[in-house]
Amino acid sequence: MSTRSGLRLFVLRVLVISVLATLLGRLWYLQVYASARYTKAAQDNRVREVVQPAPRGMIYDSSGRRIVENRTVMVISVNRSIVRAERDGGAGVLARLGGVIGVPAVDIARVITPCGSRYADGKPSRAPDCWNGSPYQPVPVKTYSAEDPRQTQPALRILEHKEDFPGVTAELQPVRYYPDGPLAAHLLGYLGPIRDDERNDPKYAGLTTAKVGRSGVEQTYDDALRGRDGVQQLLVDKDGNVTGVQKSTTPQAGDALVLSLDAGLQRLTEQALARGIANARLRTDRNRGGIHYKAPTGAVVVLEARTGRIAAMASYPSYDPSIFTNGLTAKAFKTLTDPAKGAPLYATATQGTFAPGSTFKIVSTSAAVAGGASLNGYYGCPSVFHVGNRSFHNFEGETFGTIDFRTALIRSCDTVYYKLGYDQWVHDGGTKNTGHAREVFPRMARMFGFGSPSGIDLPSDSSGLITDRKYKLDNWNAMKKDYCAGAKRRPKGSFLQVLDAEACTDGWRYNAGDAVNFAIGQGDVLATPLQLARAYAALANGGTLYAPRVAKALLSADGTRVTPIPPKVQGKLTVSPEVLAYIRSALTGVTQKGGTAALSYAGFPPGLVAGKTGTADVHGKQPTGWFASFAPASNPRYVVVAMLTEAGTGGSVAAPITREIYDGIFGLDGHKALLRGGVLPSRLPVVRADGTIAPPGSHTGRPAPRVVPFRPTPTSSPASALPPFDRPRRTTT
Amino acid sequence: MTEWELTPRTVPKSVAHRRREASLRQRALDRESPLRRIDWLLVLGVTGLITIGSLLVWSATRARMESAGLDPQAFLKKHIINAVIGVGLASVAALIDYRSLRAYAPIVYVASCLGLLAVLSPLGSTINGAHSWIVLPAGFQVQPSEFAKVAIVVGLAMLLSETRDGEDTPRDIDVLLALSFCALPMGLIMLQPDLGTTVVIVFIILGVLAVSGAPSRWVIGLLAAGVVAGAVVAPHILSTYQKDRFAAFANPAVDPRGVGYNTRQARTAIGSGGLTGKGLFHGTQTQGRFIPEQQTDFVFTVAGEELGLVGAGAIILLLGLVLWRGLHIASLALDPFGRLVAAGVVCWFAFQSFVNIGMTLGIMPVTGLPLPFLSYGGSAMFANLIAVGLLQNVHMRNSEL
Repeated sequence: MSTRSGLRLFVLRVLVISVLATLLGRLWYLQVYASARYTKAAQDNRVREVVQPAPRGMIYDSSGRRIVENRTVMVISVNRSIVRAERDGGAGVLARLGGVIGVPAVDIARVITPCGSRYADGKPSRAPDCWNGSPYQPVPVKTYSAEDPRQTQPALRILEHKEDFPGVTAELQPVRYYPDGPLAAHLLGYLGPIRDDERNDPKYAGLTTAKVGRSGVEQTYDDALRGRDGVQQLLVDKDGNVTGVQKSTTPQAGDALVLSLDAGLQRLTEQALARGIANARLRTDRNRGGIHYKAPTGAVVVLEARTGRIAAMASYPSYDPSIFTNGLTAKAFKTLTDPAKGAPLYATATQGTFAPGSTFKIVSTSAAVAGGASLNGYYGCPSVFHVGNRSFHNFEGETFGTIDFRTALIRSCDTVYYKLGYDQWVHDGGTKNTGHAREVFPRMARMFGFGSPSGIDLPSDSSGLITDRKYKLDNWNAMKKDYCAGAKRRPKGSFLQVLDAEACTDGWRYNAGDAVNFAIGQGDVLATPLQLARAYAALANGGTLYAPRVAKALLSADGTRVTPIPPKVQGKLTVSPEVLAYIRSALTGVTQKGGTAALSYAGFPPGLVAGKTGTADVHGKQPTGWFASFAPASNPRYVVVAMLTEAGTGGSVAAPITREIYDGIFGLDGHKALLRGGVLPSRLPVVRADGTIAPPGSHTGRPAPRVVPFRPTPTSSPASALPPFDRPRRTTT
Repeated sequence: MTEWELTPRTVPKSVAHRRREASLRQRALDRESPLRRIDWLLVLGVTGLITIGSLLVWSATRARMESAGLDPQAFLKKHIINAVIGVGLASVAALIDYRSLRAYAPIVYVASCLGLLAVLSPLGSTINGAHSWIVLPAGFQVQPSEFAKVAIVVGLAMLLSETRDGEDTPRDIDVLLALSFCALPMGLIMLQPDLGTTVVIVFIILGVLAVSGAPSRWVIGLLAAGVVAGAVVAPHILSTYQKDRFAAFANPAVDPRGVGYNTRQARTAIGSGGLTGKGLFHGTQTQGRFIPEQQTDFVFTVAGEELGLVGAGAIILLLGLVLWRGLHIASLALDPFGRLVAAGVVCWFAFQSFVNIGMTLGIMPVTGLPLPFLSYGGSAMFANLIAVGLLQNVHMRNSEL
């Protein structure tokens, strides 16, 4: 062998060794150094999660009657990734599908486009005309009733010609069904898909398909009602064919929710409110040139006085929650929130805040006595009360001479309270605003639960408004710029300009006028009907202020576990029992001869119902009519508060509504008693072995369920750092 | 399955006649017996590679065949049959004295060129995007370019080892002759077009030329010409598909679902295998069929995923063993012809292994070259084993004097 040849053989040897070393080095890099990344990529490649939705818990009234059920519907869905893989990009499939379900193919294509991407025409896709869920999830495009054979025809055509509809599925899915239509709509709430901005919310962790509770108890108890979806982690090959199951959890049905409502009483309450509104609209307002009362909205709250449970609650106008079942159209949503139509979606009973008018006098009486006025004293009731150059009148200029609190409440004499409020205001420091005044009247109002949310288990819970010196000062500091600007901008001498000009310079001042108005529940006092109801419940039950509860208990689907939901005691009135008893006694006179609600309660068993009328003036509008009551007066069990906006005096429009409800509760005026023994059941409905619900007290022969305390899920949650859609791909079966 | 068990039965008649009087046992143990002169380490390396390769081909195909309702062992069986036939061919190649191969070389050369011409004729057909096949009756396919490598190794060795007038290194005229000898089959292969095989042949030429002791200007000149051709000419003659492959190699993120998809899936398979792998038949990438052509060009990914660094590293080391023995045989060869044949085979195996494994590891572009002894495919298996037979041939006769 030549030396040159040997040398080159040596070079070849070195080259071979370096080549092999290179391969081994790179192999080490991939399999050891960077292995974790590739392991994850391999995992993502081949695992698909399939969600098996858990049946959502149904909702029952306190007697075990179904208020919200699940029904199955035939849902036609389109899996976009499969449709797009077609040779023509899916145009043929969508055209055929459009022909079957009667929706233009273009519209189907838009609906299945993921939000935040682009439509076929290149325009960015925007909600609601796009798909908000996972891009790998089939998108529902049409829903048919499963009960109506004519309606299932299109679905059958798709199922029979599967080869013509690749990526299109027709399957049965559970949806909410409301056997009583709009009954208790505001309390129940509805379901809606998870919004994009909620994707990272831990309380919706792992959910990409399910609808979640929006508003009402559906929202408050969403977590328990929802159950736990089953998840199957399927192993798939590159074509998506299933090759095995890695992990599988079975779905756990959601808990049944038992409400404290009585369905019959709720129905009566809603009907009574609707009739009351209709009656109010027939009446004319003689103070304003005889025009008809508008009575656009109203609310009724029926509260169990001694437990703080909601027996019935109605807001007018209402809506049928089933319109949310198949997805709400933009037009329907506009109608639901249109103020001109009374904003039916808005729960007036818990969200609406109104001046409580004379119903507030239970607070003023308690406050006056707490401030030093004698409970058994006599007070002047002239037709007008003067403060400086302002004069405050009695309703329709009445005058009753010198009277006690009883008469002042029965006749609803305002001037007595004007003077008491004014005297207390002087005593508390007048216009001096140091922020440390005694504030006896506002303090009493807060003790009765005004000015802060009621704590009810519903997401819509307004705090209302209680004004005092400190509030005025804080508010003025925050708002004076706006007031002063308004004073300059508005036409000189106009009502609002005068108000703004005054607020600009003296807005911090808690004036005598403020205190005088406060004493009769006018001016800067706003309350929800529910707040007023629980204040009256506190009066009726001897001083316990409850955070009311609509829900009574959660029952596990198998009946082995029960989670009672007790009303929360929020506070105790420090008003002496003597004062409360005096006020309760005085209010029995309101429904009797000489009382402000006597006409509406004519012929009713005397002394059964105690109550207080209220007629609150609203600037530029017809007055708000109130009636806040409890019964039986001697041993109160129920509080009923009725409120109608722009409807006239409480005694004439609100009191008849409450009477109709008492008729139903107690079986009077020829009505059938709705509640057995006149009381709501104290025991819970029971779960039968087959999972259905039996009325309270039924014998199922099953062991008593385990009692588990209620742990509410946090409603607000910190934003996650994860970007949207950065979660495992999922598909549904 | 060791190839040499079969040797006695496949010994050509002429050899058998010579030793008619001796018993089979005596013959096998005879000092002069070829069996005693076999390079057993080379046998061990090749046997190991073929055994692992069979398992990998099986693992890569069984799930797919089963889901298609076909025999899940069909590929395994055909692969083993290919190996057995290949061992038979290797035995023939080993037992004919390589010095008499010179007489057969022109026949092999002409046959290869005819085969390559046939591919370009209507007899040729396209399989998996490569127009490199002749489809024979009864479902057989032949890839003449694989055999052309054997012809070129033998032909080059012959042309460059002819010593004239006592010179032990080829002259310019020999080099020119050798290059023109290679030009025809290379041209035919480029017309298919099969870029990968062409480049393998270029490296065989370079290696054989270098080891032959040809003047350095030829070696360096050829290397330079290759680089220039690669940089300047290639972009013009490469098809769009080939250019895409290079673009995807340079930047795999260009099109994750398109050209770069294969290499990304291949790297995912290997990387996710980790140190010890997911176990044979348990690779999720492999069993989920995420890698196309896995039993042929991407067979190494099966090892990377299912056998891990241990198994894939063992393959590289076994290939190293084969190359080491090849180089050893080249250095011990008694004459230039034997040395050049061994060097040519080493260059062939080394370059093809590097390009194939480098492709699956993402450090080389996708070229469609099979991995010697491991990839499924009869023609390649036959050609590789014939080359091993040639190595054994040289080894058996390096100490016969």
